[in-house]
Amino acid sequence: MPAELSKDLGLSAEDQERLAQSGIDLTMGNRCGSYIQVNQDIVQESCQEEGIEVLSIANALKKYDWMKDYMWNLVTKDKDEYTRYVADAAEPKGYVIIARKGSSNILPVQACLYLGREKIQHVHNIIIAEEGAELHIISGCTSGQHVGKGGAHYGISEFYVGKNAKISFTMIHTWGEDIEVYPRSAAKVEENGVFLSNYVCMKPVHKVQMYPTAHLVGENSVARFSSVVIATPGSLLDLGSRAILGAKGASAELVTRAITKGGTIISRGHILGKTEGTRGHLECKGLILKDGTIYAIPEIEGNVVGTELSHEAAVGKIARDEIEYLMARGLDEESATATIIRGFLDVKIAGLPDALQKQIDAAIDVAEKAGF
Amino acid sequence: MVRLLYTLPDETMLNIEDLHVKIGDREVLHDVNLQIREGETHVLMGPNGSGKSTLLMTIMGFANYTVTNGKISFNDRDITHLPIHERAKLGMGMMFQRPPTISGLKLGKLLVATSGNNTEEVAEYAKNMHMDRFLERDINKGFSGGEIKRSEVLQLMVQKPDFVMLDEPESGVDLENISLIGAAIGNLLEKGSHLMKRKKSGLVITHTGYILDYLDADKGHVMCDGEIRCHGNPREILKDIKARGYKECLECRQN
Repeated sequence: MPAELSKDLGLSAEDQERLAQSGIDLTMGNRCGSYIQVNQDIVQESCQEEGIEVLSIANALKKYDWMKDYMWNLVTKDKDEYTRYVADAAEPKGYVIIARKGSSNILPVQACLYLGREKIQHVHNIIIAEEGAELHIISGCTSGQHVGKGGAHYGISEFYVGKNAKISFTMIHTWGEDIEVYPRSAAKVEENGVFLSNYVCMKPVHKVQMYPTAHLVGENSVARFSSVVIATPGSLLDLGSRAILGAKGASAELVTRAITKGGTIISRGHILGKTEGTRGHLECKGLILKDGTIYAIPEIEGNVVGTELSHEAAVGKIARDEIEYLMARGLDEESATATIIRGFLDVKIAGLPDALQKQIDAAIDVAEKAGF
Repeated sequence: MVRLLYTLPDETMLNIEDLHVKIGDREVLHDVNLQIREGETHVLMGPNGSGKSTLLMTIMGFANYTVTNGKISFNDRDITHLPIHERAKLGMGMMFQRPPTISGLKLGKLLVATSGNNTEEVAEYAKNMHMDRFLERDINKGFSGGEIKRSEVLQLMVQKPDFVMLDEPESGVDLENISLIGAAIGNLLEKGSHLMKRKKSGLVITHTGYILDYLDADKGHVMCDGEIRCHGNPREILKDIKARGYKECLECRQN
C-alpha cells in the first residue's frame, strides 16, 4: 500500500522525505488513522482505532445532522478574508475526527495536508473528543518542491474537548519558501479537559500568520501551547496563542522558543484571567543567530481577584561562556554552538505521548543535522 | 629517610615561560613561569584575586584572556594560540569552579558525546559519582555545590585528560562529598599507580588544602598580584599560610 499510495500521490523521493519530516508516515506503521488531502482532493480517510472516526468534512456533514452545529461555532465566518474564503467555498474540504466517549489512542491519527501544484488549499477541520476520550493528532503540512509564488493554505480548525477529555494536536510545518499559511483555530475545553497544541516550524516559509485561542470554559481545564520555530531570511512568522481562563481552576501555559537566522518572528501571546482561582504563565525565549527580528509581545490581563498570571520574555544570543565550556570538553566551536541551540529548542511537553515527543525531537534533529 | 633509588623521568608536560596576560586593557598576569612534569601534581595558592583562576583559564585558552607575551607549551608543542577544543583534544582538561547552566542540554547527552558514544562507560562512571539520577537533567541547572563538583569530576572521568586543572575542587562541598570527589580526583591523577608509571599531571587551586589529603601534591606555588612569588613543599606553604596568612608571606609583601 505505501508504495502505491505515494505513487498515487505522484510524489518525488524529495517530497516524500518532506512529508516524513512533517511527521507523516505513509506506511501507517505508527499511526492509528489517517487523513490525506492533496490540494483539494481527499486521498485517504480511515481509522482502525475503535471509537475514533476519521472522515472528510463533506462525508461527516452527510452522515451526522448535528455536525453543522460544530461548524463556525468557535471560529466565525466573517473573522477575516481567509475565513470568508473558506466559508464561501463551493464544497467544504477538510477533516473531522471524533473520539467517542471513553476512547483513546496511543498511536496518533495523522492528518496530512499536501499542497501540490494548485495555488490555494483550504480546509475546515473539526476535532471532537467526547467525555473521557483521549485523542492525539499529528498534522503534517507540506508543499511540493515545485509550488511557486502565490501558493497558500487556509485552514480553519475547531477543537471540542469534552469533560475529562484530552486532545493533543502537534503540527509540523514543512512548507516552501514561497508559501503563505493562515491557520485559524480555536478550542473549547470543558471541565477537567486538557488541550495541548504544539507547533514546530524549522523550514523556510514565506509567511505564517496565526493566533489560536483556547476557551477554558470548564472547571480545572488546562491549555498548553508550545511553539518551536526558526525563521530563515525571507520568512515571516507571526505567531500567537491566547488562553481565556473562564472557569475556576483553569490554567494555561504558553511557551515559545524562537530562533531567527535572518527572518522575522513576531511572538504574541495573551492570557486573560476572567475568573478567580485561575493561573497562567507565558514564556518566550528568543535567540538571534543572524541579524533578523524577534518581536515578543506577551500580554497578560487579569480581571478579578484570585487570578495569577505571569510572563517572562528574553531575546539574546548564545552565551560565550557556554560555548567555551563545551569546547573545554573537546567539542569544536560549531558543534558546541549546535549543541547549545539544540538544548535551547528542547521543549518537553507534559502529557504528550512519547511517539509525538519523538516526532517533535526528530523534526528539530533534522534541523540540527543541517547545521541549523 | 630512605632516598629513592630511581629518579623521576624528566619529561615536562606543561611549560609556561614569561607569560603575560591581559583582560581587556589590564595586565593581570606578569611574567609567570611554571613547569609541570609528567606524573606531577602541583598546587596553586594565593589570596583572592591574585590571578590563580586567570592562569588556569589562560592555560585552557579562554577568549577573554589575551596572551601578550610569553609561551605555553604542552608536551613540547606550542599551544599559546590554539583554540580551546584543540587543547582538550591534546589531553588538557579543566574542572570549572562555577560552570554555566545550559538549558535543555542533558548532562547524559554531553557525556555520551564526549565519550564517543560509550553509553556503558557513562552509566558506570555516573553511578560511581552518584550522578546517575542527573543524566536526564539540564547540565548544572539547580545543581547544589556538591552536585556541580561531582558533575565536573564525572565529565573529566569521561574525557580522560592527561593534564587536569582543578579550580577549588573542595569549595562548597560537604564532608561526605569531599571524600568521594577527592578519591575520584586521585584516580584521575593516577595517584593509585606507582610513581614511575604515573603519567597524569595536575594543577590544583586550593584555599583550604583539604584536597591534599587525597592528592599528595608534589609542588606548591603561591600567587600574588598576578605573579608566582614562591615555590616549595605544598604542605609547608599551606602550614605557613594557615599560621600567618598571605600578608606575612615575605614575597607577597614586596608590593
